[in-house]
Amino acid sequence: MAWFKKARKPIAAAPKEKPSRVPEGLWVKCPGCAQIIYNKDLATNLNVCPKCAHHFRVSAFDRLRMLFDGDWVEYDKGLVSTDPLTFTDTKPYKARLKSSIEATGLKDAVIVASGAIDGIDTIVASMEYGFIGGSMGVVVGEKIARAIERAVDTHRPVVIVCSSGGARMMEGALSLMQMAKICGALARLDRARVPYIAVLTDPTTGGVTASFAMLGDLNIAEPKALIGFAGPRVIEQTIRQKLPEGFQRSEFLLDKGMIDLVVDRREMKGVIANAMRFMGATRVQPLPAAIAMPEVELPAEPAPQS
Amino acid sequence: MALENLEFEEPIAVLLKEIEALTLQPRTDARDREIEVLRRRVESVRAELYRSLTPWQRVLVARHPSRPDLEDFIHRLFTNFVEIHGDRRYADDHAIMTGFADYKDRPVLLVGHVKGRDTKEKIYRNFGYARPEGYRKALRAMRLAEKFSRPIIVFVDTPAAYPGIESEERGVAEAIAVNLRDMMMLDTPIVVIVSGEGGSGGALGIAIGDRVLMQEFAIYSVIPPEGCAAILWRDATKKIEAAAALKLTAPDLLHAGIIDEIIGEPIGGAHTDPAAAAKQVDDVLTRMLSDVSALDGETRLALRYDKFRNMGRLGTDFRDEGS
Ligand SMILES: [Zn+2]
Repeated sequence: MAWFKKARKPIAAAPKEKPSRVPEGLWVKCPGCAQIIYNKDLATNLNVCPKCAHHFRVSAFDRLRMLFDGDWVEYDKGLVSTDPLTFTDTKPYKARLKSSIEATGLKDAVIVASGAIDGIDTIVASMEYGFIGGSMGVVVGEKIARAIERAVDTHRPVVIVCSSGGARMMEGALSLMQMAKICGALARLDRARVPYIAVLTDPTTGGVTASFAMLGDLNIAEPKALIGFAGPRVIEQTIRQKLPEGFQRSEFLLDKGMIDLVVDRREMKGVIANAMRFMGATRVQPLPAAIAMPEVELPAEPAPQS
Repeated sequence: MALENLEFEEPIAVLLKEIEALTLQPRTDARDREIEVLRRRVESVRAELYRSLTPWQRVLVARHPSRPDLEDFIHRLFTNFVEIHGDRRYADDHAIMTGFADYKDRPVLLVGHVKGRDTKEKIYRNFGYARPEGYRKALRAMRLAEKFSRPIIVFVDTPAAYPGIESEERGVAEAIAVNLRDMMMLDTPIVVIVSGEGGSGGALGIAIGDRVLMQEFAIYSVIPPEGCAAILWRDATKKIEAAAALKLTAPDLLHAGIIDEIIGEPIGGAHTDPAAAAKQVDDVLTRMLSDVSALDGETRLALRYDKFRNMGRLGTDFRDEGS
């Protein structure tokens, strides 16, 4: 998939680049193979270790850059939690929100945007693990529900890139209800026969798994991602024994029949585009010259849908 | 059967012991009068306690071992109950019970968690922790109700979905997710009553409906207070603080726009007078069922969608600062 690795010119209109999960500095030690990797090599390889294919976590923003052909339009950027429960644990929730907003440049744990994926106009919701563990409160719920409703109205496919510890405790039962709200919207999307692809990345757990992460027309996981409902520690405490190696990892779920496929990040965009075409999505935007796909036979261009 | 006293009911327990001691003495008018005075004290102390329960105390009441459960409600409010079993995929889960019955001469489907009473039954019911099969059985039964246009009544009372290896292997997350999506579209009236513990996804997985009600001392939470304390405070003994912070009581949920109405309970909790508690459930249930049954299907489904869609309110729970 050499076409995808090609460095592209920075996109003028896109927001400023956010730091990825790769530690600062020139060199990184890969947790997968202990090799020392040059940071730039990692970045051009979509934050996948060139030696062992260990997938580093990436930010919601980098995810959009990896998926979209070029520029994108962001929706509902200004939504922010009011701290409806005035929640305080060892620290006020308001303070946690503030530091997450400062650290990520986002107002909550998801970016929603539309743009072209291999020419197909797509709505993407990309979760930010760096924002309170990617947890889902009312803002994440509202933004994703709006994204799905927008997709129903305009007949555009939806991709949700999951990366979340689950429902956000600091917004209490309201967070729990976001699962119902989003699944309701997905029911309408399903009836409208609009494609929905769930991309499960490390980690995807709790209320996110038990709602939209498992409801894709396709559920696609990155390799070795932790995917589950209960967290491994909770399970170990319940059954009072160590969990087997690889339990709740992508390959385990694939083996148990819970996900459709495991895809290397470097192949992800191509697989998503193919899947969306299978589901009837069509290109409405010409491919930028830089990412022409020589290895793919292009079907005759049908009329745009909407 | 003597009811187990909760830790905060110690003042009541002391009085009850005094009464018990008196009843062992020879019967005299003076003794009887003293017992009567003490009984009234019990009532007034209980009323005082229950008027101002803390969130954690409500958690304890919601988990009371004698709290009326689905089987109690079936016994008191329904006739001709026929239990149906199994998900037709893998197994019959005993933590969720499904079946049909008559409710005031009208056939309905009943779905609910059961925790079990004695040790043997608790193990059989897996303490109310359902596995994927339970959620799949529930949906299968609910589809049956939809097919024959029968209303669905759900009683929610679970600590959580079962966090175990086989639960994960067989896709408990997928089972819950499918229920959330498909219950939203089930074309038949659904009334949900959170009667004990509404334990996060394990509760929500059968709790999508046209009306969601809560008994006065039930709780409904994104995570058990103990789990929340362990994660956020890194100290499980902070459960009392966590219970307060999570806003998991019925008045909290009503305030948040998540439930439609609170069903009152006898002073001292439903377990102190299950017949009276059932009567209070009956009154609200009758009214709610008749309200949602009066709607045509399309309207009902649109309203059900809006109901959950509006959880998390612009201007209240979040705001829009623009771009
Ligand atoms: Zn490596």
